[in-house]
This record gives sequence, structure tokens and C-alpha cells, in this order.
Amino acid sequence: MNAVRPPALREVRGPSAVGGGWRRFFDLLYLISVVEFKRVYFDTVLGYLWTLMRPLMLYAVLLAVFTQVFKLGQQIAHYPEILLLNIVLFGFFQEATMGAVHSIVGAEGIVRKTQFPRLVIPLSVVLTALFNLGLNLIVVFVFVLVSGIEPAWSWLAFPLIVAALFVLATAISMIVSALFPRFRDTAIIWGVFVASMFYATPIVYTLDPGGLVPATMRHIIILLNPLASILELARMSVIGEGATSPATLAGGGVYLIVPIAISVAICLSAVVIFSREAPRIAEAL
Amino acid sequence: MPQVHEDAGPSHANAPVVIEARGIDKTFRIPKNRVTSFKERASHPFRRGEFRDLQALRNVSFDVHRGEFFGIVGRNGSGKSTLLKILASIYRADAGTIRVAGNMAPFIELGVGFNNELTARENVALNGVMMGLSRREAAHRLDAVLDFAELGDFTDLKLKNYSSGMLVRLAFSVMVQADADIMLVDEVLAVGDAAFAQKCIDVFRRRRQQGKTVVLVTHDMGLVEAFCHRAMLIHDSEVRFLGDPEEAGMRYFRFNFGGTEDSEHPRQDFGVPDVHASLEDAWLSDADGNRVDNVEQDQPIRLNIVVRARRELERPVFGFHFLNAEGVRVFGFNQELTLGDGQPDRLVPGQRVRVSGSVENPLLPGRYYVNCWVARNRTQGDVALQILQLLDFVVYGTRLGPGVVSVRSELEAVPDPVEEGR
Repeated sequence: MNAVRPPALREVRGPSAVGGGWRRFFDLLYLISVVEFKRVYFDTVLGYLWTLMRPLMLYAVLLAVFTQVFKLGQQIAHYPEILLLNIVLFGFFQEATMGAVHSIVGAEGIVRKTQFPRLVIPLSVVLTALFNLGLNLIVVFVFVLVSGIEPAWSWLAFPLIVAALFVLATAISMIVSALFPRFRDTAIIWGVFVASMFYATPIVYTLDPGGLVPATMRHIIILLNPLASILELARMSVIGEGATSPATLAGGGVYLIVPIAISVAICLSAVVIFSREAPRIAEAL
Repeated sequence: MPQVHEDAGPSHANAPVVIEARGIDKTFRIPKNRVTSFKERASHPFRRGEFRDLQALRNVSFDVHRGEFFGIVGRNGSGKSTLLKILASIYRADAGTIRVAGNMAPFIELGVGFNNELTARENVALNGVMMGLSRREAAHRLDAVLDFAELGDFTDLKLKNYSSGMLVRLAFSVMVQADADIMLVDEVLAVGDAAFAQKCIDVFRRRRQQGKTVVLVTHDMGLVEAFCHRAMLIHDSEVRFLGDPEEAGMRYFRFNFGGTEDSEHPRQDFGVPDVHASLEDAWLSDADGNRVDNVEQDQPIRLNIVVRARRELERPVFGFHFLNAEGVRVFGFNQELTLGDGQPDRLVPGQRVRVSGSVENPLLPGRYYVNCWVARNRTQGDVALQILQLLDFVVYGTRLGPGVVSVRSELEAVPDPVEEGR
């Protein structure tokens, strides 16, 4: 008879977000992220330069508009550095979520024909964006140091702020990538939404008390838009001077429960939606 | 009601079970009106599209034993590929459980998951991890795969720059070198030129010798009968037979071309209207050439049919099936074109073919049906294009005999001489 004992029977539960074991999940995540990274960097002639140029060109335009045309920037200390930091952070959010929308449909060949942990696909897009963010932040910190801002202990908190942004971007990427195969309108809706987010988030302006934004508007933005708190915290951490904490901007720390609750709700619905859609994504393609 | 015939496999029934499926159900929801334009969506923003439920699998249960070569057969749309995708964790079953021992490598398609932007080396590593290897194991396997594919100096070239032949070699090599306990193979593998099909078959043969478990989905009965230890026939989303591959093959043909066993469907319901060929006339005749409805027992059946080709048919073959009143295929034979010198083996649209002659008649008294299926290219794997219902007739006679046919016997029954003195 057979000398080797056969492996025990294990139940096959069908496709899922992370199906096939965690080691395989991380191996695939690594390899797919490398693929994604190469696609971004080696497909174009300028490669990495583009990921650097894109925010810098946007930065140059916005800087010119808001310091020369509208005299907004001149009233705010370190406005150029704040603007660049905001553009780079928001750029990450935009790149990750917009890239994730089409990611699962783009990987149709893999999803429909192989056993593949679904979560790897949007996650690899977010990780590539995160890598770009890391490179862009080097440039940001060079700017910051050149402008005369001294390194501070508060910089140590900055990675935590980026981590929060990463979690939020991942959650939203999971939602849009899972919904897109069934509702193709998701791409259009999210595109419009991100474009309006650019203005509903303190990127080109700040929420400083006594600034351009009226108090009611300031409260609404800080309460409903978790990105606003993240960007204000980033400004506090990196630039410090002239920054106001989100708690003060919201009119009391207790109000920060609202953006925190919104963020938690987004993360929870991401888990629910993605794990509900993952088993059936192959059929919806 | 359909019956499931269980037949214990010849040699693997005692081997441990490596795939155990119990009560698998799967239903797809197909939208009736697909919303294609943004305007349509905008004019009915809240209308939930109407859906039609398509049951692909109903209560499918089976076991595959270790070292077994297991065939899943059924015609297009029977649900066999859906079953394979559920086994491979690509679709999720609505109900039922599947348990599997060991790792499984699905080959739904050759070269699936290949990324054109990556080099062969990177693709093979990625593929290995997808098959369940660790990154280190995949790296170990890399050289073997690349050697087998004989890509020479092109291993660091992006796949988009590969010729199609090189791509196929690479994809095939990945499949050959996959060291999984269980291989799931879909019929798409058999698509390709004859030399490639032969290579695939050689791989199957080797797997079989190595005692690997292989699940093969196909409608090529030749492959099933040649390789499979057991076969499962899926028809109308259900398991209709599980056991001996030859029996499965016979039932497959009966479902597809016989038709009468499946009483839920009327005899005409073969889907394909007269697309490829149409029947002009079919009759039986007596020895003098007069049309008759009945044939006397033991007298040859003189069959005459006229078929008109509606499309070009390359190397056509006409298969005749004689079925009895219960729908059992009693016998059958194939007829190719009888060609003169230099005549092409082809029918052009509008061309008629007259098939006539006599057929030996071993039939017992009763009613019989004759079907003709039209196939082309004369290869075993090529599915019949169309079924033509020819005629039915009665065999009359007095010897009712056991079984379904009578045969001439020339035996002797000689008693031993009785010995004296006992």
C-alpha cells in the first residue's frame, strides 16, 4: 500500500480576500507590488522622474496662482512648504484610490483563471503609491530644511500620520475596487469625488483661525473630512510654526470624535464590502 | 428522473480520497437587459436590472482517489467548467462542501496570469508562487522551467516581445514542471496544433505513471477513454453517470445524439436548427426499390437518405445511430463521402449527398429510430455539428429473443457418449 501518508482533507472555501494562506498572500503581494512598481517606473522614458515631476509641476502652478494672483499665500508662514507637503500627501491618496478602482478589472486574467487572494490586487496599488510617497517626501524634507525650518522632535510623529493616511487610503481603495466590477459608475463617481476633495481639504488654503475660511466652514470641513485633520496634523508635525491642532480647529477635542468615527466607519465598511464581494468578483467581471 | 450510476473504479477505490465534493450547487444570475450606456443607466437610475437564474450545477457529489485520472465530461454549457473553477477556488459554490488533500494546481488555460511587461524569469517566479510555492521554492524551480522551455538567451526578455511559439513553450513548461499533488486541467489545453496536443498527452501519460492525481475536463471522449480511470458525466447541471470511462463516453454520445433517454426534452430539441445541413428525404426501401415502413426480421435494412449541405463541409462524416424504443443506442456506424478520382472531400453549400445501401439487420421485433449526426474534419475530438432525425420503422418477426439484438450462432451441443458399465 501507499507508504506516504496523504495530507489530511481540508475544506476549500472558494475565493476570498486573502484565501490561500498568509505566506502566499504576502509573497504574492510582494511580487505583484514589484510588477506594479516596474510598470510605473520602467514603462515611460523618464520613469521615476515623472512621479517626482507631477507633484512638483502642480506645485509650481498652484504656488504661482496663490502667491502671485491671489495674495493668499503671503499671509501664511511657510506657505510654499505647507503647499508642497499637502500636495504630496494628497497626491498619494489620489494615486492610490484612483489606481485601485480599475485594479481588479485590470487583473481580470488572473482573477478569472487562477486562485488568487483578491485583496492583493488593490493593496499592491496602494503600496506602490506609498513607495512613491516615500520618494516624494525626501524632496519635501529637502525643501523644508532649505527653507530654514529646523528638524524637531515632532517629526517623529510624522510616520504615524502617514500610517493613518495609508490606512484610510487602503480602506477606500478596497471599497472602490470591490464595487467597480459590479457598478462601473464607481470610477466616474470616485473621480468627481476626489476632484472635489482637493478643494474640500485644506491643501491650497489653511484652516487657521482668523484666516480666509469662516469658522462655520472650518468646523464643517474638519468634522466631515478626515483628510483635513490628517493634513493639519502633518503640518503641525513637520512645519510646526503657525499650525493649529485639529482639536482647536474643531472647537474642542470632543468634536474630533466625528472624523474619527467617519474613519472607523470607512474602515469597517471596507472590510465588510470587500469580503462580501471578493468571492463573487470573478463572476461579475 | 435521471439516475446516477455508481461504479467502483478498478484500482483506486482503496486509495485515500484526495478530493471530496458533497452537494455542490451553483447558480449564476444573468442580467436580462444589460445596461450598456450611461444614458440608459441615467434614465432608469433605480431600476434593478432583471435577472435570470441559470443553474450551472445541482447537487454534485463525487470523490477522487489518490493517483486517479479522473475525467469530467459533458457538452458545452453542462456545467463541467464551472465545477472545475469551483474546485480551483475561482468561483464559490452556493451550497455544498469541497475538501481537498494536498496542493492543487489549476490549468484553466495555458499561460494564465502571465504578465506581458515582465520577463520570462519573473513570470515563472510569479507563477510558482501562485501555484502555492514559497518564493524560495519558486526560485529553485526557475531554472528547470526555463531549461525545459528552451528559450535560450531570451529569458530576460519581456514577454510582449516573445513570439507566440516561445510563449506556448514557456507556458507549457510551467505546466510540466508544476509539482502539485493534484492537477486540474481544462480542455482548452487540448486546443492547438496536433503536435502540441500530442505533447500534452505525453505529459498526461507521465503524470499517470507517476501516480499523480489528475482531474481532466474535456469533451474529447478519445482522451477520456484512453487515460481516465473513471469519468463523470455531467448533463443539465447534474451528475448523470460516474464510473467506467467507456460507459460515460457512450452515455455522453447518447445524450448528445440519441436524445430519447432524456424524456424531459422533446426529440426535436437539439438546439441547432438546420444550420450546417438539412435533411431532404429519408426512407427505407424493399429489394425492388419500393418505399416501405417496416422491415422483416433478419432482412437487410435498405436505407436511403438525401442530405443537403447548407454550409461548406470539409471532410464530412455522417454517423448513423439506431436506437430502440427505450432510447438505447443499439448500434451505429460512420459513413464518409465516396469519392471518385480527384474529387475533393468537401461539400459546397447547396450540394446534395445521397446515402443509400443496405445495413445488416440484427434487430429484434420492435420500433426503432434512426438518427444521423453530421460531423466534419473526421477527427474524433470534433463535435458533431448537427443531429438529423431521420426516420423510425418497425421490425416485425416472431423471434422475440432475449436482449436487444439477435445474432447468428453456429454452435454445436454434442453430448458425451454414455459409458457402459457405470
